[in-house]
Amino acid sequence: MTTRPLLIANARLVDPHSGTDTRGAVLVKDGMIADLGPNVQSAPEGADTIDAKGKVLAPGLVDMRAFLGEPGAEHRESIATGSQAAAAGGVTTVVSMPDTNPAVDDPAIVDYLLRRARDTAVVNIHPAAAVTKGLRGEEMAEIGLLKEAGAVYFTDGTRTIANARVLLRALTYARDFDALIVHHTEDPDLAGNGVMNAGEFASRLGLSGRPIEAETVVLERDARLVRLTKGRYHAAAITNRDSLDIASRAKNDGLPFTCSTTINHLSFNEGDIGDYRTFFKVTPPLRSEDDRIALVEAVKNGLIDVIVSDHNPQDAEQKRQPFAEASDGALGIETMLAAGLRLVHSGDLSLPALLRAMSTRPAELLGLPGGKLQKGAPADLILFDPDEPFVLDPATLHSKSKNTPFDEARLQGRVLRTVVAGRTVYEYA
Amino acid sequence: MTATTRPKHFPHRHLLGIDGLSAFDLQVLLDMADEAVELNRQVQKRRDTLSGRTQINLFFENSTRTQSSFEIAGKRLGADVINMAVASSSIKKGETLLDTAATLNAMHPDLIVVRHHAAGAVHLLARKVDCSVINAGDGAHEHPTQALLDALTIRRNKGRIEGLIVAICGDVLHSRVARSNIILLQQLGARVRVIGPSTLLPRGIDRFGVEVFRDMRAGLKDADIVMMLRLQLERMNGSFVPSVREYFHFFGLDAEKLSWAKPDALVMHPGPMNRGVEIDSEVADGAQSLIREQVEMGVAVRMAVLEALAQNLPNNGGRE
Repeated sequence: MTTRPLLIANARLVDPHSGTDTRGAVLVKDGMIADLGPNVQSAPEGADTIDAKGKVLAPGLVDMRAFLGEPGAEHRESIATGSQAAAAGGVTTVVSMPDTNPAVDDPAIVDYLLRRARDTAVVNIHPAAAVTKGLRGEEMAEIGLLKEAGAVYFTDGTRTIANARVLLRALTYARDFDALIVHHTEDPDLAGNGVMNAGEFASRLGLSGRPIEAETVVLERDARLVRLTKGRYHAAAITNRDSLDIASRAKNDGLPFTCSTTINHLSFNEGDIGDYRTFFKVTPPLRSEDDRIALVEAVKNGLIDVIVSDHNPQDAEQKRQPFAEASDGALGIETMLAAGLRLVHSGDLSLPALLRAMSTRPAELLGLPGGKLQKGAPADLILFDPDEPFVLDPATLHSKSKNTPFDEARLQGRVLRTVVAGRTVYEYA
Repeated sequence: MTATTRPKHFPHRHLLGIDGLSAFDLQVLLDMADEAVELNRQVQKRRDTLSGRTQINLFFENSTRTQSSFEIAGKRLGADVINMAVASSSIKKGETLLDTAATLNAMHPDLIVVRHHAAGAVHLLARKVDCSVINAGDGAHEHPTQALLDALTIRRNKGRIEGLIVAICGDVLHSRVARSNIILLQQLGARVRVIGPSTLLPRGIDRFGVEVFRDMRAGLKDADIVMMLRLQLERMNGSFVPSVREYFHFFGLDAEKLSWAKPDALVMHPGPMNRGVEIDSEVADGAQSLIREQVEMGVAVRMAVLEALAQNLPNNGGRE
């Protein structure tokens, strides 16, 4: 699709890739960044010009983990609504999870998703595919053919591959294809029927707990398998201090080991569950405040590579249940930037550090060209006011589901415009 | 030394593997096999080299092809050949391998041909009997007569083995054929490559003196010989590789992948083939295929081995 050239002038250019924060303009042509910097002034003939009024212009966010509902759960979310929520949240690239019905374990389903994305999505959608057939954790899926079809990485979504031999083979096999395996690390037996973090809060609420060891035991095992295979591995959600120690050791040893945490685990702790609020029921569960502080610090120093939205739309029927019976999952894609900016406003993170974890690093890990303000990079851009305060009204969210833990929360930071391949796909009215 | 001048001396009591044989030993066996090929193409195929000798084929794993090849080889040399049907014998009824060895030994055989599913089982048996033992395949360890017949096939078609690039492709992990071939071909001066997904390559394969490839096209480039391995059905549904179609897509030998090898490259397979899994019919039956010829060479090589070992048997009666 050809669009007219676009000049976004008078902006604060924040590029987490180069670490720069300067005034200037960006000129977009043919979907790419044609030029940028303080010396880019005048728009070419026929170009659209936007006055950024000094607001932040940054590379669009790249969200490595979102559940988009297709195929099989279109009543909760669709690629169309999920991508609109993404655009409104400043996310220009989304990786869709394979825990669908049917699961994304066949190249034909990857192909289907890419066609649906082409026809209905306003942002870039990259499907992740299953590591094992039917996400059952038993037999390896067709990693080679799925990658050729366009799968951007491999994960069993919220399922953990309990059988170490299966993961060992998958890491070994995936390495031949330079495929990235992303693993949700929670031992199903140790997690048992726990519904929140194990500890005093769970005990007082009378809920059964999931210990952090459910996470660390699997993560430690995985680190050893990565050491053996040298297969590219990414921990889907690190949620506590002990897990950070494991990640730190693996990284210091030079293993191809990277990790994410979720915006929920950076924003909340187990105490937020308070009065059995099911919108705070996520997997892995929210941990202690001490863990949350450690996670923020790890984002700051780069030990945690990526912040994901872990966007998981659930309908009211699944959430209006007693806590133990409610589904896991929270919306996140539309609020992740504002939630992340809380950490910037509190002085815990710099803006480039936040954007690095939400844009540059995920793009690098996925081998995508975005995540930077650079000549020749795709013009996937966001313009946002980091300071504008608002109270989140769930009715304004673009998702089909409304299970946001930020319901009525005071947030600061408004996405004003989202541009994908040079085309404006969202504009705050 | 040319084939005609090389003395037919083979200083070993057993043939348990290729490992331990010198280049000279191997050439002797191949020379003798060359002669057997000529004999096998006559109307009168019988010799009496093994006349009066008893050869027992003891196959703990079913193998129509190898067993009948050894049976024909023994009979053509005049031996009395007995096939022990393990499946319907006391061995299946719980007798240990060593008891079986003692029982057989009491029958005074001269040669025992053994195939066993466990690596090292043939070596164990060889220590307990007084006759010569030939390994017809032990687990994922060695299959020396297969490697010899492959070498004979290559030598007759290419005139040499030294300097050739031989690519061994597929399930190296579980393959005794691959292990024996890697040792033999390197001993005779070939450059050996192995190609397969990492899940089907044994750990430490890079220390076997071979070049390791995970991509067929890169591995086949400039190859003189393309040696395909059989992939067992139970290994291709998600355990070692995800599926037949994925395996064939990346590692199945079809005309396009074969075109990366030298134009005069030749294709081999130890059989039985899984058409459409590791090899496409167009290639298996094509002009570059040596697969049929390998079977013919199998009988000749086994005759050579039987004959070479018989020379060293006690009471040889002054035969040279």
